[in-house]
Amino acid sequence: MTARALSVVLPLLMAPLAFAVIHRVKARFAGRQGKPLMQIYRDIRKCLGKGATLSRTTTWLFRAGPTINLAATLAALSFVPLGGLPAAVSFPGDIFVFAYLLAMGRFFTIMAALDTGSSFEGMGASREAVYSCLAEPMLFLALLALARHSGDLSLSGMLAAVSAGSWLTGAPVLALVTVALFLILLAENCRVPFDDPTTHLELTMIHEVMVLDHGGPDFAFIEYAQTLKLWIFAAVATSLLLPAASGSLVWDALWGLAGVFAAAAAVGVTESVMARLRLTRVPPLLAAAGAFAALALILVGG
Amino acid sequence: MPLYLTALFVLLATALAALASGRGRAANLVGPLGCLAGCGLGLFAAVSALTAPVPPVLRLPWSVPYGAISLTIDPLSALFLLPVFILGAAAALYGKGYLSGLAGKRHLGAHWFFFCLMVLGMALTVCAANAVFFLVSWEIMSLAPFFLICLHHEEDRVRTAARTYLFAAHLGTAFLMAFFLILGHLAGSMEFSAMARVAPDVLGPYAPALFFLALAGFGVKAGIVPLHVWLPEAHPAAPSHVSAFMSGALIKAGVYGVLRSLTLLGPLAPWMGQTLLAIGILTGVLGLLAGLGQGELKRFLAFSSIENMGIIFLGLGLGVLAAATGHPGPALFALSGLLFHVINHALLKGLLFFGAGSVLHAVGHGFMERLGGLSKRMPFTAGACVLAGAAISGLPPGNAFFGELLIYVGGGLAAMDMPLTDAVWAWTGVAGLAFIGGLSVIGFTRACGMVFSGEPRTADAVNAHDPDPLMRAAMWSLGLLALGAALAAPFLFTAMLPAARLLLAGQSTVLPVLPSEVVNPETLLTAAASLTFGAAALALILAFARSRLLAGRSVRSHGTWDCGYIRPAPRMQYTASSYAEPMTVLFRRLLGEKRRFTPPEGLFPATGTSRFATETPDRVKDDFFAPLFSAVLTACDALKRFQHGNLNLYILYLLATLVILLAIALGFAA
Repeated sequence: MTARALSVVLPLLMAPLAFAVIHRVKARFAGRQGKPLMQIYRDIRKCLGKGATLSRTTTWLFRAGPTINLAATLAALSFVPLGGLPAAVSFPGDIFVFAYLLAMGRFFTIMAALDTGSSFEGMGASREAVYSCLAEPMLFLALLALARHSGDLSLSGMLAAVSAGSWLTGAPVLALVTVALFLILLAENCRVPFDDPTTHLELTMIHEVMVLDHGGPDFAFIEYAQTLKLWIFAAVATSLLLPAASGSLVWDALWGLAGVFAAAAAVGVTESVMARLRLTRVPPLLAAAGAFAALALILVGG
Repeated sequence: MPLYLTALFVLLATALAALASGRGRAANLVGPLGCLAGCGLGLFAAVSALTAPVPPVLRLPWSVPYGAISLTIDPLSALFLLPVFILGAAAALYGKGYLSGLAGKRHLGAHWFFFCLMVLGMALTVCAANAVFFLVSWEIMSLAPFFLICLHHEEDRVRTAARTYLFAAHLGTAFLMAFFLILGHLAGSMEFSAMARVAPDVLGPYAPALFFLALAGFGVKAGIVPLHVWLPEAHPAAPSHVSAFMSGALIKAGVYGVLRSLTLLGPLAPWMGQTLLAIGILTGVLGLLAGLGQGELKRFLAFSSIENMGIIFLGLGLGVLAAATGHPGPALFALSGLLFHVINHALLKGLLFFGAGSVLHAVGHGFMERLGGLSKRMPFTAGACVLAGAAISGLPPGNAFFGELLIYVGGGLAAMDMPLTDAVWAWTGVAGLAFIGGLSVIGFTRACGMVFSGEPRTADAVNAHDPDPLMRAAMWSLGLLALGAALAAPFLFTAMLPAARLLLAGQSTVLPVLPSEVVNPETLLTAAASLTFGAAALALILAFARSRLLAGRSVRSHGTWDCGYIRPAPRMQYTASSYAEPMTVLFRRLLGEKRRFTPPEGLFPATGTSRFATETPDRVKDDFFAPLFSAVLTACDALKRFQHGNLNLYILYLLATLVILLAIALGFAA
């Protein structure tokens, strides 16, 4: 019970910190000191304390977007195990509910962006919709490969079934799935090489441009949901790499946290060593993720 | 059965009474009220038949050769009666409001006559248990919409659409006649029950031909690619309540037909499942990709209906493949999922067509590039359309999600259990369904965002308003039913199961009590429903928290952020075609998008000299059917030599035909 609660409470508390790790790694690569690790918490608190400026063009859809997105991300989080800790909720077939909850959040984020009538936000919304449409089948292929590998159709179950022993026998499968999941993590969280969250030109953004008009508590919701989403994908991807469950609550939790922060650091390294791809080159990269997942599926065999 | 027959008689009486009450308001009162009463009774009959332990049966002699008035309401029939009567009633309610401005200008008596006939025809079609009787009902159901589409017959595009519909409907029926004649010949009877008993070794050699005949004949009605060409023409041309019924219910007759013919074709084979699965993915993906290129709201909705037919066929393909390879558990999941999706799509697409109808009613057209900002002017319609659009994209906690979830889990279980060669198909199915879902999100965010969000792009949209109470009531009823279907998903699954079992009754494998030992469907649906509705409740709590946070603080209004530009104008908003551009560019080869571009010339180009336009044609229609039909016409020209108007020669033809027939008959006798 405590373990299940921990796999939700830890991300709720520490997801922004994982995000801060990315910033810190990128700053160090660039030879800068970087902002304090706790700055992101202060930013969120500052936004929560502010009033709001709403566009005259917008309706309830604009205000509903961040709220629904945060609720959907929180619900999706409840399916995600953390290292050796089981997820709060788990049942066979939950992978589909998990993916569709994230899609629900995305739908309303897109609608909120379109509600402003801004061309920039329309552009971002269009790209977000297209890339997630291409990423979703790849995610399902990767998860199906794990399902076939483990004989379990729940997210917790298929990740828990991966042990050190299964890396000895099925290393190619697991490695391919991990790479595919890492690529999907970058795409779903709008990181380099799919999108550059720190760019300063609206025309080239995807996620950041969709939320240009949000401010105050709405923006706090968006930021927080974004850190949670990164946590979700990082936890799923690294559960494969850290297969051991010791049985001790503390060690499992620490083990899981180490995995998530390592994944965040890996994102930071990726962002530092490569540039964003041209937008037309994104679909082939996503197709490559799909190809890895499909290859993994075939390697699992019969 | 008595209740069902009463419903049919009420519908028939309403049809005649509407015809007798003339062109005006009287007909617009008698028609909808009678239709509502008939459909209400029918709904009770359908629900009681669904729960009946033994299917109600009626068999009366009929003077038509090989025919009999033979009706059976088994679980499969009862399930398909639900969309017929629900949408019949809702469309009658909506249509009364929609047509009230046309009283006297159009012959509303005739309109309601054909409307009742269409509902009646479909109610008979899904219950007919004799092939001759089935074909007669099928024709009633198929002919009536032609007259309904023609309401605005003075418009050229409406006449073209109605003609395309008529051609398609009849070509489909031709395949069905061949199908039933061959099957009836093998069975020695035109009763479905006799056809189902044909020994597998007798049926075997004919099975592939029969399968493809049924697929072609019923597929035209269902709108599967490449037989879908009539659908995007007919739906926008018809008045919206008729489009709602056609899209929600009528095209499901095609699905029903395929399902029913599968029960007649003996043991299912893996290739059947693979064919259906491939068609499903093709229909779903191509339907939506083509839909993304459409600028008109109802035309886009028509393409979305094609996509949903794709989902249904995808589920069917997965189910048949799993059943044929000895995996009844996943099969039951996929089949009950597709049946659930039939109901879900009916409710949501009906609602969306009503919403589109309200936009058309208020603005006069549905061209997305000329609309915008309607959610301020018609908040009810906008809310209904956005929520229905999210739900039909399969997003939780919408009702369509639970149907798709069953298909997904069926596919997932099949992908885990099957040997590699079959599992590849299941993986393709799951990935295909995910891709279709993503495309649907693009399509519906685009349609809703362009029409309802932002600022009005032209003056057309400025004076729009929500529809009258009657039309709103129709939309409320479908919306609440959709919500109810989502909340009651676990119970509805139990109601679907008998029909899904019926589809597998002819298989040799032993059916498990529940679909799978690995996954309990009822637990799955209950858990999924509580979690996703929990997420919705959480959203409400967060919204409350947000409003508490903002209470007492400054909340200001301002223009949308325009990056410092001084004079933003509504025309600068992102357009529907730009929104879909990344996808249409990615698949440009496939879609055959046409671009017309006149670039600006000189250093100071004059206003209005440069132009840019894109158009996404229906390639199946333009590159396949159009050449085919013109070739047929050219070939028919050759026959004109025999059609010269000389009466004497015509009589000679008759005589020659008689002599030849006589010779053949005598030859056989000898």
